[in-house]
Amino acid sequence: MSARTDATHVVVVGHGMVGHRFVEALTARDDAGQFRVTVLAEERRPAYDRVALSSFFDGADEAALRLPPLDRVPGLDLRLGVRAESVDLDRKVVRTSAGASLPYDELVLATGSYPFVPPVPGHDAPGCFVYRTLDDLEEIRFAAARALRAADDGSERAPDGPSPQRASAPAVGVVVGGGLLGLEAANALRLLGLAPHVVELAPHLMAVQVDEGGGALLGRLVTDLGVTVHCGSATVRVVTDPVSGQATGVDLADGTRIDTPVVVFAAGVRPRDDLARAAGLPLGPRGGVAVDSSCRSAADPHVWAIGEVAALDGQVFGLVAPGYAMAETAADRMLGGAATFPGADLSTKLKLLGVDVASFGDAHGRTPGALSVVLNDPVRQAYGKLVVSDDARTLLGGVLVGDASRYALLRPLVGSPLPSDPAALLAPEDAAAGAGGSGLAALPDSAQLCSCNAVTKGTLLSAIAGGSASDVAGLKACTRAGTGCGSCVPALKQLLVSAGVEQSTALCEHFAASRAELFEIVASTAIATFTELVTRHGRGRGCDICKPAVASILASLHTGDHILDGERGALQDTNDRHLANMQRNGTYSVVPRIPGGEITPAKLKVIAEVAEDFGLYTKITGGQRIDLLGARLEELPLIWQRLTDAGFESGHAYGKALRTVKSCVGSTWCRYGVQDSVGLAIELELRYRGLRSPHKLKGGVSGCARECAEARSKDFGIIATEAGWNLYVGGNGGFRPRHAELLVSDVPRDELIAILDRFLMFYIRTADRLQRTAAWVEAMDGGLAHLRDVIVHDSLGVCAALEAAMAAHVAGYRDEWRAVLSDPRRLAKFASFVNAPGHPDPDISFTVERDQRIPAPARPLLDVEPR
Amino acid sequence: MKVLEAAAVSLSLLAPEQGAAVLLPDGGSAAVFLLHDGSVHAVGNLDPFYGAPVICHGIVGDRSGAPTVASPLGKQVFCLRTGRCLDVPGVALPVFDVLVRDGVIRLSSSGNTGEMTVGT
Repeated sequence: MSARTDATHVVVVGHGMVGHRFVEALTARDDAGQFRVTVLAEERRPAYDRVALSSFFDGADEAALRLPPLDRVPGLDLRLGVRAESVDLDRKVVRTSAGASLPYDELVLATGSYPFVPPVPGHDAPGCFVYRTLDDLEEIRFAAARALRAADDGSERAPDGPSPQRASAPAVGVVVGGGLLGLEAANALRLLGLAPHVVELAPHLMAVQVDEGGGALLGRLVTDLGVTVHCGSATVRVVTDPVSGQATGVDLADGTRIDTPVVVFAAGVRPRDDLARAAGLPLGPRGGVAVDSSCRSAADPHVWAIGEVAALDGQVFGLVAPGYAMAETAADRMLGGAATFPGADLSTKLKLLGVDVASFGDAHGRTPGALSVVLNDPVRQAYGKLVVSDDARTLLGGVLVGDASRYALLRPLVGSPLPSDPAALLAPEDAAAGAGGSGLAALPDSAQLCSCNAVTKGTLLSAIAGGSASDVAGLKACTRAGTGCGSCVPALKQLLVSAGVEQSTALCEHFAASRAELFEIVASTAIATFTELVTRHGRGRGCDICKPAVASILASLHTGDHILDGERGALQDTNDRHLANMQRNGTYSVVPRIPGGEITPAKLKVIAEVAEDFGLYTKITGGQRIDLLGARLEELPLIWQRLTDAGFESGHAYGKALRTVKSCVGSTWCRYGVQDSVGLAIELELRYRGLRSPHKLKGGVSGCARECAEARSKDFGIIATEAGWNLYVGGNGGFRPRHAELLVSDVPRDELIAILDRFLMFYIRTADRLQRTAAWVEAMDGGLAHLRDVIVHDSLGVCAALEAAMAAHVAGYRDEWRAVLSDPRRLAKFASFVNAPGHPDPDISFTVERDQRIPAPARPLLDVEPR
Repeated sequence: MKVLEAAAVSLSLLAPEQGAAVLLPDGGSAAVFLLHDGSVHAVGNLDPFYGAPVICHGIVGDRSGAPTVASPLGKQVFCLRTGRCLDVPGVALPVFDVLVRDGVIRLSSSGNTGEMTVGT
């Protein structure tokens, strides 16, 4: 459906998160094609998640930050890299930086904010940055890399230099501003390898959100993380090099000088109202386009302002949640509704530099007569303050630092009677359970659980009860809850559990335990057979879900045993049962292992001869090996005898197991390569061959940042750097492609392999059945950061055990096919018929296409009637 | 009663819960299963959804107590007693009557006049 020619033309100036949401909200309900929308986007990229900006330095790329594309919106004209230059309110025309004059019926200003840079001398020198757009981040990244190189050169020269101590100090980056944005920026600098200093005028960090006590603990915690904090300090000038003009340091009011080539200003934002100001629209007292509660300009009914550029009752809001609410309000009004801006909840919960910080309601106790209850726990490194009414019965607000796990429960209670003693509400989770009555259940349906998207508990409950959502992903899709900052996701999970619909972790009707629990049971007992396990910990005789899952667990824990022996053979799924991939006509494909994709002409010749002799259809796979299709069951041992004799091993293409480690040619041949990617890929493929896992595992190794091996689309991807290897984990192609995320950078080979050992074993032990690493990382509480804590920083103390388990696998590896060929009992399983073992099955037939043999058209028997 | 003399195989060759294909006199095949409790079941070996002779390679189990086999191709589950597909109504596998005597399995099918013996 395309927009009608008489449609109302809406011009949206600004393509940030709020402008994007407005277009979504308007067009989603515009069934009649009543509107035609043009969006002017100053940046050259489509809208992205600015709230998650710092994740750009933590493995996320632009694609991961991008908001859902608007390309399905009919008639949408999105002009990237085009600014609005001026507005003529009388003629209702916007003039663009591309020279076009755009007539509008309705004009929506969503221009957001610009960063405030204090006008200190040198503030605009090269080396000074702001922290607002992806372009800003690219520039900061570039400058940080240069600073690190310069510091390296300095330390190499140090022995001859005048001041070795100073020369070997790490490169410093300074952030001016110790608020939310400033700490985000400090984290970004830290992730880039600089030693961050934060300069804040106020006596403590995050003065807008948290009180002095919380700010003090926050300061201590981030100092522990390597951030140097200068509170109560004014920046008086940026020191510059007299020759180059480049920034070289920052002077503080107390006389301190910090040497640094990188200065990031994150001292707040101002509404970007210049367009409105020039057009003569009324502004708020502190800037921003003055609008009423419908987000319409008081002076011109065809001009709207939403997000950080809008001033409502003189107030501007620097958070995304009120911006979204304004976008929804304006869209509803244009569609003829009567929505009004519901007021802003300025509550925030963040993880800054890994430290939980939350602030909600009247965090500073400004309500007359308000009382505060404070729990400052130096042992747990947690600070909590609740602000309550003068009769101590109503919760007004609060601050949480160090542990914000109570936020999801406390914030919706603001304005409501306290369900229990305030001190109990601040106590740690386990203690509070005993105190009782503060759970989600205590909240009224009107309580907002997702403040980013203003989703109430009632909305979520009806989505669950109506059957439109049965898991967190479903709730996200149908209510948008949890799609903003994500802090309410644990609450969503709890809600699903308490509504009794959260998918049970039971594996199937035969086991109440999850795969991970069964793994632990098998690992900690002497149980070695399915029968024993199902008898003692399950019921019935199993099914096609639990049997392969248990087979995989047994394969992981009893690495020396053959998967077809004894009862184990009956547990194996379709492909594992005959160590080959069953195809749609009942024949099999054969894939010998070609580690790293490297193969000699002599071995290629063997593959060609085998394929020719058995009439096998031949195709190159995506994993840099060769697929031979159309083998009959009874032919498999004959084929493998030839392949094994030539030195080939099973490629495990049939298993939920390591498949391939793909590689580019690397530094051996490639003139760009910086490391031997083929050598590493072969080493890894041989190390992990035969490793059985909850789902298939693929790896890739690229010899330089050009990434020709497409390693980031793999479960584990390794990219060479000048200094070592970067390890990315949790990627996959398939149904829902996902890039792997950076886990560690610049590690040497031995460390890389140790971390990879732990990653794979941790996955094998804890993932659900058929859960790829991508979904496993996504579903993990705490995500990639938690994974890094466990397998890099050993926060659970399991690293040694994980490495030992992998060592056992490596030592126990035997080629499965060779083991079949040498054992008549195993070979007997490859008979076409139990009463005519070598007789070709007459129900299998072939035809020829493009000179190769393919299955004859199928004869489905769906008309078969029950007896 | 027709007997396929040439195809004499001992029951002991069947592994518990691992199916095997049996060549029938008419060139078709049956999937025969020895279950954990010692009972033997036989159904048609052709997967009705793909037309491929693979049912014997499916995973044997139970659903709510009834013995089942899952197609190795599409994973549809069939009841071994009735042949009915428990996932797709109206679909079923032919079922053979099974007689086990002295280590010999006899299959007979009312829909298929070919009756056969698998034994020593």
